[in-house]
Amino acid sequence: MNGIHDMGGMHGMGPIQIEKNEPVFHADWEGRIYAITRALRDARFNIDLSRHGIELIPPADYLRMSYYERWLIRELELLVRLGIVTREEIESGHAAPDSSTATPALSAARAAQTALIRGNFSRPESKAVARFKVGQKVRARNINPVGHTRLPRYARGKTGVVARHHGIFVFPDTNAELQGEQPQHLYSIHFAARELWGEAASNHDSVYLDMWDSYLEPA
Amino acid sequence: MSTTRRAFLASAGVAATQDLAHAQEQNHGHDHQVVPSDPALRVKALESLLVEKGLLDRAALDVLVDAFEHRVGPRNGARVVARAWTDPAYKKRLLADGGPAIAELGYKGETGEHLIVVENTPKIHNLVVCTLCSCYPWPVLGLPPVWYKSAPYRSRAVIDPRGVIREFGLDVSEDVEVRVWDSTAEIRYLVLPERPVGTEKMTEEELAALVTRDSMVGVAKVSVRKGGAA
Repeated sequence: MNGIHDMGGMHGMGPIQIEKNEPVFHADWEGRIYAITRALRDARFNIDLSRHGIELIPPADYLRMSYYERWLIRELELLVRLGIVTREEIESGHAAPDSSTATPALSAARAAQTALIRGNFSRPESKAVARFKVGQKVRARNINPVGHTRLPRYARGKTGVVARHHGIFVFPDTNAELQGEQPQHLYSIHFAARELWGEAASNHDSVYLDMWDSYLEPA
Repeated sequence: MSTTRRAFLASAGVAATQDLAHAQEQNHGHDHQVVPSDPALRVKALESLLVEKGLLDRAALDVLVDAFEHRVGPRNGARVVARAWTDPAYKKRLLADGGPAIAELGYKGETGEHLIVVENTPKIHNLVVCTLCSCYPWPVLGLPPVWYKSAPYRSRAVIDPRGVIREFGLDVSEDVEVRVWDSTAEIRYLVLPERPVGTEKMTEEELAALVTRDSMVGVAKVSVRKGGAA
């Protein structure tokens, strides 16, 4: 979707605010919503669905909210959407009398083992065919899907070169919509800064983006 | 609990929050209600609800928070960099395939974390960003700082990388090529900064103490005076 999250190349966002000796979390609740989000991630969720949940926050709110406020809103919305909790339960703060109780997806012991493991996003067993080769000239397609995509607007329609072939990865555009992983080949594409931004850009600078097979066409 | 707060909790969903903001706009003539008014309270309420439903183990939350506050952070990446500076064979493995190389030092990232290490040289300066969200190499750098996730950095790193780097106090000479890595997939990027001159006699441990988080994102260089990645 052409949302506010897709902000590469925008102007007017102000100076970068650099905080000295920044803590990992600025308040206890930030750590808690971070951990709740991680702990609930069982088979019903996926990373693309989660990212899209953030993107669905209306633009003005997205910009006004802090990072972990977005995480909170996203989590509440996803839990309701997936039928894990109801809005009534969120409102009352208690489980509905007739709701069944579950077993936590993540125990403390397992959390200690897997704190850093985020799941395997590559699917080398897929029979997907690579349409492009390293060194080949390609163009990022000019697509404007209303759903989730990882093809930023600033690169659409631009021409680059395949710099590296990463292998086969889950396709976010369908996975976010719960329409399957539909694995595809993924490549690192080199774009000259001038191709993306015009003559004012330095003539030897460049931007590399990771792009799935179906984002690309031969150029 | 006030009626407003209850209305808030009820309208957690995005569509519903929009409706609520709309309703409140009509009622009170202001529209700032979509921002969580008291996230601390709402997170606490959500945690209690999920525990009551058997979906959460509070102890697991404690483990996760502790891991990212105390165990995982840029000290990990600094050790990787120092090893690469002092062990050419390790550096070769690191640049060839980052995941298994960081796992050699005990940093789990081989499952799912596909890490590519990009090397700064006198001719090439690398900068890492995630314009779409906040992708960052957790096993070696921990969770990202606020500026990395913020609109000013994400919007400008790709269009004006030299200006962004300058804002951090570093001037990249015009004859140096700047390569920006926009993390649009599940590949994560770590910058291997240049080893500063005058450090030839330092031990791996002393070198690691010089390596900063910012140098591994590409908004700073490593210098002999300043140091400390944490």
